[in-house]
Amino acid sequence: MRTGLPVSLVIVVALLAALPLAFTANTMLNFLTFVMIVTLAAQGWNLLAGFGGQFSFGHAAFFGMGAYAMAILQVRYGINAWLALPLAMALGAVVGFFLGFLSFRAQLRGSYFALVTLAFAEVFRILANASSFTNGAAGILVPLKTSAADFQFADRRWFYWVALAFVALVLALTYHISRTRFGAHLVAVRENEEAARALGVDAFRTKLKAITLSGAITATAGCLYTQKFLYIDANLAFGPWISVEALLAPIIGGMGTVLGPLAGAMMLLGLGEVTKSLFAMLLGGSIPGVDLVVFGVLLILCVAFAPQGVMGAIKRFSSRGAP
Amino acid sequence: MSTLLTCENVTKRFGGLLAVDNASLTVEAGSITGLIGPNGAGKTTLFTMISGFAEPTSGRVMFEGRDITALPAHIRAAQGIARTFQIVQPFAGLSVHENIAVGAYLRHAGRTEAMDKAEAVAREVGLDAMLAQPAGALTVAGRKRLELARALATEPRLLLLDEVLAGLNPSEIRDMIPVLQAIRSRGVTILIVEHVMQAVMQLCDTVYVLAQGRMIASGAPGEVAHDQGVVEAYLGHGAARKMQAHHEAKS
Ligand SMILES: Nc1ncnc2c1ncn2[C@@H]1O[C@H](COP(=O)(O)OP(=O)(O)OP(=O)(O)O)[C@@H](O)[C@H]1O
Ligand SMILES: [Mg+2]
Repeated sequence: MRTGLPVSLVIVVALLAALPLAFTANTMLNFLTFVMIVTLAAQGWNLLAGFGGQFSFGHAAFFGMGAYAMAILQVRYGINAWLALPLAMALGAVVGFFLGFLSFRAQLRGSYFALVTLAFAEVFRILANASSFTNGAAGILVPLKTSAADFQFADRRWFYWVALAFVALVLALTYHISRTRFGAHLVAVRENEEAARALGVDAFRTKLKAITLSGAITATAGCLYTQKFLYIDANLAFGPWISVEALLAPIIGGMGTVLGPLAGAMMLLGLGEVTKSLFAMLLGGSIPGVDLVVFGVLLILCVAFAPQGVMGAIKRFSSRGAP
Repeated sequence: MSTLLTCENVTKRFGGLLAVDNASLTVEAGSITGLIGPNGAGKTTLFTMISGFAEPTSGRVMFEGRDITALPAHIRAAQGIARTFQIVQPFAGLSVHENIAVGAYLRHAGRTEAMDKAEAVAREVGLDAMLAQPAGALTVAGRKRLELARALATEPRLLLLDEVLAGLNPSEIRDMIPVLQAIRSRGVTILIVEHVMQAVMQLCDTVYVLAQGRMIASGAPGEVAHDQGVVEAYLGHGAARKMQAHHEAKS
């Protein structure tokens, strides 16, 4: 099982890479790309909360920082998108470090930490909505250039593959971390911070490292969002929707597992999409928010029947099958 | 013998309660030193100050001649002080092997080395058959061994054991005593809080007695057991008779 994980990662990524060859409809490609963006945001959350046990309700703070930085650096400062990307990621890391430094120095844990992250994201949302620097409530439109040199692609498949490449990189990174000293420390802090400290773990540093990395990863998702839709405003970038999806996906998929965020995002968004179109077909019109109902039902089912998420259920199933 | 650890006039106040009151103690390198006393005497509180989980209200803690009073717990662990918890604190979601590896990572950066070290420690304390089990599934005796194993995996010079024998049955205690003696004989100094008197008598070179936060006696286990003050303050008449009998049987 353990030695098989790198193999299954490669298989999963290869299958995902092959999907656009089978499904060529634009709506399908858009959907798959969106799944990759949410997966990336969720992978950031999973590193901090799934592995490190520090639950954030405000990953929109990082996502939005990435999204806005990407837009502003291009539109306001004329910086090339490929150069804006690492800058925006670094900014996400800085926000993570700063937020982590303040909250972990103050020994915030559990729901207190979660509330502070939520407050951070909300403050960013309100500021972005009000400030002229971010173009206020009007939002920012990134000019259409449709060239790979500007991180825009005429062919939707290419954007999907780029997004998938980022997800694959973070899958590999997460797998690598899970097998290092840092990964062991992170999990130890999640399980029992006191005991970890007694064994020489610098809990503050460990958590700070995790939230910095987490901020960078989720900011990358924001960057991709900006490049995909070429428009952002405060509610898209810093809104609670992404905080919720970034945490629901790993919870449903399996917190603290390498593949959990991807499995969860697929399931969450897939079922949401299916329900939306079902209702549209049956009633002849869409019901806004019906996918949120699906999210809620999924969460309840998960908590009740698969507390370790999809990956946990698979693991239990396969270990029961094995002799 | 040289002195490894010294507590100098250590006091810990919780609001109006003096949990530890001007207590001093020395641990010689290579020894097994006992710390005994009735419930609520302040033994665990003294341990938390030696291991860096709480700062004393006043007084100093010296380790290998350096003042470590203000150092955080993880730095003290790196300097060679490891503790176990009276109320066991396993990483319940991890396997026994991974639990011990967290300790081993302190001196081994690589995964292979840390996992190998963890396995060796598990063998030493008799947990090797349970390496793959989740820590949450262990019995009380197993959890106590796991506490010991994790602490040992940090390769400490001073091992603080807080009632690692509590909750074990007599045969499990008999199994543990040689394990502790073996740990000492390979150079690890041990400071042990223990209510199981038979074990204290068998293991310790020196015993300190804490009662209501104050250090009321110290000396060889046999002497301390005969100390009238200790008998009055701590042991109670039944226990005193038992120990007397034990002592006479030995000599
Ligand atoms: N964090 C704390 N806050 C307030 N009081 C405390 C705290 N920790 C310990 N105490 C009190 O300090 C006293 C000493 O407690 P301690 O746990 O050190 O005793 P002990 O000798 O280890 O006892 P036992 O043999 O039962 O383990 C007790 O009265 C306890 O209630
Ligand atoms: Mg105690």
